[in-house]
Amino acid sequence: MGKTVLLIEDEPNIIEAVSFILSRDGWQVKTHSNGHDAMEAIRRTAPQLVILDVMLPGRSGFDILGEMRADDALAEMPVLMLTARGQTKDREFAERAGASRFMTKPFSNADVLDAVRGLVES
Amino acid sequence: MPTLNLLVVFCLLYVVLLFAVAFGADRAARRGRGRWLRSPVVYTLSLSIYCTAWTFYGAVGFAARSGLEYLTIYIGPTLVMIGWWWALRKMVRLGRSQRITSVADLISSRFGKSNLLAIIVTLLAVIGTTPYIALQLQSVTLSFATFAELDPTTATQPSRQSTALLVALGLALFTILFGTRNLDANERHHGVVMAIALEAIVKLFALLAVGVFVVWGLTDGIADTMARIDASNIAAWQVSGSRWIGLSLLSAAAFLCLPRMFQVMVVENEDESHLRTAAWAFPAYLMLMSLFVVPIAAVGLDLLPADANPDLFVLSLPLTQGQEGLAILSFLGGFSSATSMVIVAAIALSTMVSNHIVMPIWLWATGGSAVVSGDLRSVALLTRRLSIAGVVLLGYLYYRLSGGGAALAAIGLVSFAGVAQFLPALLGGLFWRGATRNGAVTGLALGFVVWLYSMFLPSFGPTVFLPQHVLDSGLFGMAWLRPQALFGADGMDPVVHAVMWSMLFNTGAFVVVSLITFPKPIERLQGAQFVNVFEHSNTGGSWRAGKGETEDLLIMAQRIMGAPQAQKLFSDAARRQGIAGYLPDPTPDFLRELERELSGSVGAATAHAMISQIVGGTSVSVEDLMAVADETAQIMEYSSRLEAKSAEQARTARQLREANEKLTQLSLQKDAFLSQVSHELRTPMTSIRSFSEILRDTEGLGADEQSKYSSIIHDEAVRLTRLLDDLLDLSVLESGRVNLNIQHGTLAGMLDRAVDATGGEAGGFRIQRNRAAENIALTTDPERLAQVFINLISNARKYCDAETPVLTISAAERDGQLVVDFSDNGSGIPADQHAMIFEKFSRVRQTRVAGAGLGLAICREIMARLGGSITYLPGQRGAAFRVILPLGEQMAAQ
Repeated sequence: MGKTVLLIEDEPNIIEAVSFILSRDGWQVKTHSNGHDAMEAIRRTAPQLVILDVMLPGRSGFDILGEMRADDALAEMPVLMLTARGQTKDREFAERAGASRFMTKPFSNADVLDAVRGLVES
Repeated sequence: MPTLNLLVVFCLLYVVLLFAVAFGADRAARRGRGRWLRSPVVYTLSLSIYCTAWTFYGAVGFAARSGLEYLTIYIGPTLVMIGWWWALRKMVRLGRSQRITSVADLISSRFGKSNLLAIIVTLLAVIGTTPYIALQLQSVTLSFATFAELDPTTATQPSRQSTALLVALGLALFTILFGTRNLDANERHHGVVMAIALEAIVKLFALLAVGVFVVWGLTDGIADTMARIDASNIAAWQVSGSRWIGLSLLSAAAFLCLPRMFQVMVVENEDESHLRTAAWAFPAYLMLMSLFVVPIAAVGLDLLPADANPDLFVLSLPLTQGQEGLAILSFLGGFSSATSMVIVAAIALSTMVSNHIVMPIWLWATGGSAVVSGDLRSVALLTRRLSIAGVVLLGYLYYRLSGGGAALAAIGLVSFAGVAQFLPALLGGLFWRGATRNGAVTGLALGFVVWLYSMFLPSFGPTVFLPQHVLDSGLFGMAWLRPQALFGADGMDPVVHAVMWSMLFNTGAFVVVSLITFPKPIERLQGAQFVNVFEHSNTGGSWRAGKGETEDLLIMAQRIMGAPQAQKLFSDAARRQGIAGYLPDPTPDFLRELERELSGSVGAATAHAMISQIVGGTSVSVEDLMAVADETAQIMEYSSRLEAKSAEQARTARQLREANEKLTQLSLQKDAFLSQVSHELRTPMTSIRSFSEILRDTEGLGADEQSKYSSIIHDEAVRLTRLLDDLLDLSVLESGRVNLNIQHGTLAGMLDRAVDATGGEAGGFRIQRNRAAENIALTTDPERLAQVFINLISNARKYCDAETPVLTISAAERDGQLVVDFSDNGSGIPADQHAMIFEKFSRVRQTRVAGAGLGLAICREIMARLGGSITYLPGQRGAAFRVILPLGEQMAAQ
């Protein structure tokens, strides 16, 4: 199949959970856990989809999203944003920055799967 | 006959007594007891180091050779003391207000903190004092030999060289032990001063005892003594007027300029008002010292064989008359005179050598940065100690070279004339605004050369440095260059001749060059401040520095003054400016204060250089120049009132600004807090929900996976609980509804518990502790205090980024407070974050190591409840926290 998803998240347990759900659904899951060189990781792995946490060490997820949208090669790449803060302000901010989907932690596994499938198919 | 051994025993006992007195006085002063240490009597007695072995033995020799002329060396100082209001008071005031460490420091400081001038004065002082130290060694050696010759029990005479060497070594040891305890030369050496005061009493008592014995024991009372004096040669001596005036002035000059006199008179002075007592008490002391000089000389000439050395009459008279006890007392008197002089001279000279020669060279050699290089205090102390040994050794070498033959008084006068060269620059600097650095340098250099050529070199005798033909027919055969008859001034007394020419050239050059050269701005400022010290007491020049440099300054100050003093100085200054913490704004006032404190340790020129390395140079501001230009009292007063007002406004404005900033931040923090709490709760909940769904929905999950996922759920649940606990803890602490469980315990116990709870030294993490210092009894809530310690230790564990992380825990009791510092060797916390780290949910850097960022906030609340505080301690390389807890009943009462 070769469907690749890149998970950028710094909580080891959440990484493990999301990897588990998606691998069982047939995805190849790559992970990256800091903000500094997240862009390089995106370019290197060239995934079909990026799952991006907002609070990352080194650089905020919004920054990374902004840079992706400014880059022609990555502008169209679907991005699922995750946040633990869950305020409406954050949601607006994410939409303006160009997030394809926005999910608040804690999420249900089924919702994540639905979102990922939906984003890649569309 | 007393045996030599008995003398040695007495001598050693006496030395032990001196050590004990010095030690006891030092201890008493350190514990804040001993007000008597600071009495004017002790001050007056310490001035008596003016009376060295030269006075004790030499005055009698002087009288036997030249009659009443010996009085000149007492008349000079008496005049200076009686006229103390005029010059001495000014010197003492300056010494205290400018934190002057030596006569070289005073002159250098006055002439624009010139290091060149300090070096010249230091060299001259070392060269000028060397003969004097030699003189003391010689007198001890001679008096010892006198005993040895008369002792029938010793078959072999002890060598004089070895006696002198042993005495020199012993003196160097004593001086190093008690003279270099503190780095700050401006701090008083209570031990040394006390020992010297004791020696002053011993020598006066010994001389009076010998005098009484001579007048009433050897002759039949006063009338008989008078008759013998009339019969002796002393009465017949012709007194030359020029020599009288010359020697009196010379001794007055030397009294002001001698490095050792400056040390006891100015540096060790506790209170300006002591001068008032000393003004009459010291001349009285001198009078008592000189009372029996003529009778002893006359009776000595009468009773002793013609070839007896008159310098030793004080000793040989009782000895030949079978008065063993008196002879030993007399020996101890001479010994006291000699040792006290060497000790104080060595302290004074070593301060000068280390501050003005070694430290500048060392600073320059280490790349000139006081921040990067190692511990300056130990370097400075080491150079002081080496200088002391060096100075005493030089004296010993002079003694060996000069053959120890010359009469005591002659050597003493060479020294006097040498240091008297400071006088024009010193007095000119104190009283004449127009005096310039170039003038002082030229005058000193010329006077020095003339003195060297006409007095110092000839003093070694015709063979050592100057060959006989130079003495007879001048340098290069030019008659006007004869050392003892310069410019054809033939037939003069050699001493008067040398003093006249050297002082003439010195003063002349000083005045002329000062008139034709223009002083630099900093010289002008210093000049105004010195000449008008009673109107204003400040150092000139304003520093300008940026905020970022304060931490560098703190690091440097800690190196020189020691960490506690430097931190106190900085935090006091910060508090005065209305800033919390240890880093005040580098205002010109603060930098000036810092410079003055540092100069107490390393001298004005070096302190100035060190600060300018960090700050980058002074600027003489318009206000400074104004202060020099117009001195009308009204303007000064008006401007100082304005200054006070504007300083107050600045302080209020700063406090308001800070309060405003704090409020704005608080409201932001309220918003951020909720969002943070949400974030911190949701993160573990995400894992819990996700894995519980996996466990519920996934079929065919292996046993391993099942157990792994359930333990993740468990761990995250625990984390959630801990977070809630912390939040509750914090809210209880903040609302003040906390119950403290006050118990007795020791600091060591609480630290042990904290170290154990954080996993000790596991995982290559070292913890350095000093258990001896931790044995402090506490009455506090041990659980809560340990909680603070645990937080600090585990933070160091988590965040210290050194390759081999080391946490140093040091504890001390200071001013009734327990102070515990936790400092690691990592890269520390950037200065702009210092204020934030104690706020809730603040994390330095975005590293997400487990923890919600509540730890330090809780610590701060706990310490506040316990009546203490926790602060970030800047300037320690790594991250450092200071926990302060008041000791004593305060806690128990709550």
